[in-house]
Amino acid sequence: MLSSRRLILAHFWLAFALFGLALILGAWQMFVRSPLHVWISDPEWYYRSLTAHGTVMAYVFPTLVAMGFGYAITESALDRPLIGLRWAWLGFVLVVVGAVTAMVPVALGLSSVLYTFYPPLIGNPFYYIGLVLAVVGSWVWVALMAVNLHAWKRDNPGKPIPLAMFANVAGSYLWAWTAVGAAIELLLQILPVALGLKSTIDAGLARVFFSWTLHAIVYFWLMPAYIAYYTIFPRAIGGKLYSDTMARISFVLFLVVAMPIGIHHVFQDPQVGAGFKFIHSAFTALVTLPTLLTVFTVCASAEIPGRLRGGRGVVGWVAALPWGNPIMLAVALSFVMLGFGGAGGIINMSYQLDTAIHNTQWITGHFHLIFGGAIVIMYFAIAYDLWPHLTGRALASYRLMRLQLWLWFIGMIVTTFPWHYVGLLGMPRRMAYFDFANPALAPEALWSSLSVIGGFILLISGALFLAILLRGQTDRRIVPEAYRFSTALHAPLSIPAALNGYELWVALMIGLTVTNYGFPIGQLLARGDTSVPAVYVGTRQ
Amino acid sequence: MTNEPFFSLKNPWLLGSVAIAAGLVAITAASGLIVLPYAQTAAGIGNIWDVICSAAGVPKRQSAANPVLPAFKMSDVIVTSTTLSRSDRGSVQRGATLAQQCAACHGPVGVSSTDFPNLAGQYAVVIYKELRDFKSGARVGAVMAPLAQPLSGEDMVDLAAYYASLPRLPAYHPEQQMPAPRVVVNGSPLRDIAPCGACHGSLDHKAGSPWLDGQPEAYLKAQLQDFKSGTRHNDAGQQMRNVARAMTAAEIDAAAKYYSSRPANAQTQ
Repeated sequence: MLSSRRLILAHFWLAFALFGLALILGAWQMFVRSPLHVWISDPEWYYRSLTAHGTVMAYVFPTLVAMGFGYAITESALDRPLIGLRWAWLGFVLVVVGAVTAMVPVALGLSSVLYTFYPPLIGNPFYYIGLVLAVVGSWVWVALMAVNLHAWKRDNPGKPIPLAMFANVAGSYLWAWTAVGAAIELLLQILPVALGLKSTIDAGLARVFFSWTLHAIVYFWLMPAYIAYYTIFPRAIGGKLYSDTMARISFVLFLVVAMPIGIHHVFQDPQVGAGFKFIHSAFTALVTLPTLLTVFTVCASAEIPGRLRGGRGVVGWVAALPWGNPIMLAVALSFVMLGFGGAGGIINMSYQLDTAIHNTQWITGHFHLIFGGAIVIMYFAIAYDLWPHLTGRALASYRLMRLQLWLWFIGMIVTTFPWHYVGLLGMPRRMAYFDFANPALAPEALWSSLSVIGGFILLISGALFLAILLRGQTDRRIVPEAYRFSTALHAPLSIPAALNGYELWVALMIGLTVTNYGFPIGQLLARGDTSVPAVYVGTRQ
Repeated sequence: MTNEPFFSLKNPWLLGSVAIAAGLVAITAASGLIVLPYAQTAAGIGNIWDVICSAAGVPKRQSAANPVLPAFKMSDVIVTSTTLSRSDRGSVQRGATLAQQCAACHGPVGVSSTDFPNLAGQYAVVIYKELRDFKSGARVGAVMAPLAQPLSGEDMVDLAAYYASLPRLPAYHPEQQMPAPRVVVNGSPLRDIAPCGACHGSLDHKAGSPWLDGQPEAYLKAQLQDFKSGTRHNDAGQQMRNVARAMTAAEIDAAAKYYSSRPANAQTQ
């Protein structure tokens, strides 16, 4: 059993409890602005709820999952106790204190600025301070990952880093660097205004800094899911990882190409030149590479047990896979959502096609399908896989787990496919109110109602997930075997130094950030005429 | 693993990945900053350097010669959420003395019993801005314009501070079962009408927007109609003219009636 299981459980339970609360808010938001409910007549309540939903789902929940999973990987992949347990608890406490500090002003209606901040909107300073604390807590985790890997390398000179740990540390380095953009925005731009030291803010520059964080953060959310694809899934279905090298290349590619692409989030903003938008668009196309490599490698890994179990022919091996296994099901459903979401993403990254869907419900549909669908369903899978090793108790009912995963998949499809469609019809996002009585909006009414049903299915699935984990805390005691990750078909006995370290990839990550962000940021910094008066929210009288 | 030093020109991973990254940067930069914009503006935006600057996002300075000016005087007051947000006691007291000449129309405690606007509890920045606009001619008013002429900037700040310190008429909507008019709480997104309440209280308040609850119905209606026709034009960004132009007569009536609702004994408060 893992020796830091209390620490890991604390991370997972907090993450999933907050996830459950934010899920309720999400379903409520969809319901009250749909044609199924009379308009609540106060958009502030909607935006308050939206800020809480976004802040929890985008920052707190995935960060806690990545941290908890990261500690589990460190112990089990390196096969030694975690170094710096006290520091890890400190990081956890910082995230908790930060989350509470941020959510109190949100709950009071003092910071309904949405989780993406949107300056010149300025909320209560404690909202931003809380988020900074939570990020600092997660940086403690980044440091611990580096320290633990360093200690292991010192004691195991010349050995390849186990794949799970290699990927985990890559994810932590990605997070450390990508969070810098939002940290600069919060500390140097927003907080001085929120604290009343300044009354103007360069909103355009703030949006560029946020875009630095906003795209790569998605790959930080995605890392645990990809780690599970490569290092849990093949083992869970009785197979082996097809290629350890391919996996390493995918992870280092994420490190390099996740960063210099964020400006595709501000394609319609005037403060960035069209040339840089084109450069970011072209680089965004590159992130399809690690995902396509992953899909290939993971499918190839699945084919091995498929054929060993008697599957024949081009697709016969698919039918022979162990479909009763929740991990098998989760990965398959995740891939379907990743496929649709990824295809939509290729439309978003195109400088030209983006004009058709920018700021529409299409985007909301896209990131819910990718993050809420493809990634979060793998968080469920990770929890199911790890739980007996954390609680020392059986997680018995595969049937309930499969039901939960299916409900999540169906709910996500029913929620997000209509969103994509109404986005094409021109329905804007971030709106608290739609006048469905207007004939121009009538075609969107049916689809909006349908997506609410999807939202409630997701709510049921989320509740079922928590119930399964809760039941796992009181089920019969077992003595689980040591937690193991997949082994590769060809064990990585000798690998190039480049795939056993991060120097090159971190250098490229920073270098490409400088080439692709340097000029747009420098230009805005150098100009003196780009600030606008702040608009303080929550000051109603 | 090899024992070669990592950062060496013999390391194919180092050379290859750096070369690929640099090549990608060079190709995309050449395409995005030179080739594509040049192809689009081949008819002649000037030399290649101008084309690169334009694609990189360097803004062009607009010519200051021959500016197009409106036919009327524009407001020159800059309002932010911190303008006049604090006042001192002395200012309030001086304002109280000055306000004696305003009492005939605006009421002895800033609550008017006729169709003149109430000033009690109005945001200081709102009163200050209107006084300055009356004085500069940005807001036209046969009665107020001459009265504002002798006021100094300090007088206006003091008057604003005084009236802001008085208790305002509360929001008073006794027909709780009746929903507020749609234009107040919803606006009309498809006609670009923001909800009145999003700036003027009841939902939220935005800097520079006056408190409307309890104002006389005739006054509110007249202002909306003046904004609609363009007779009143001291909203610097045309915020109110754009909204009022899109409003129907029925919506103007409904909004004015809603905000003018006040308790029967309000004058004596």
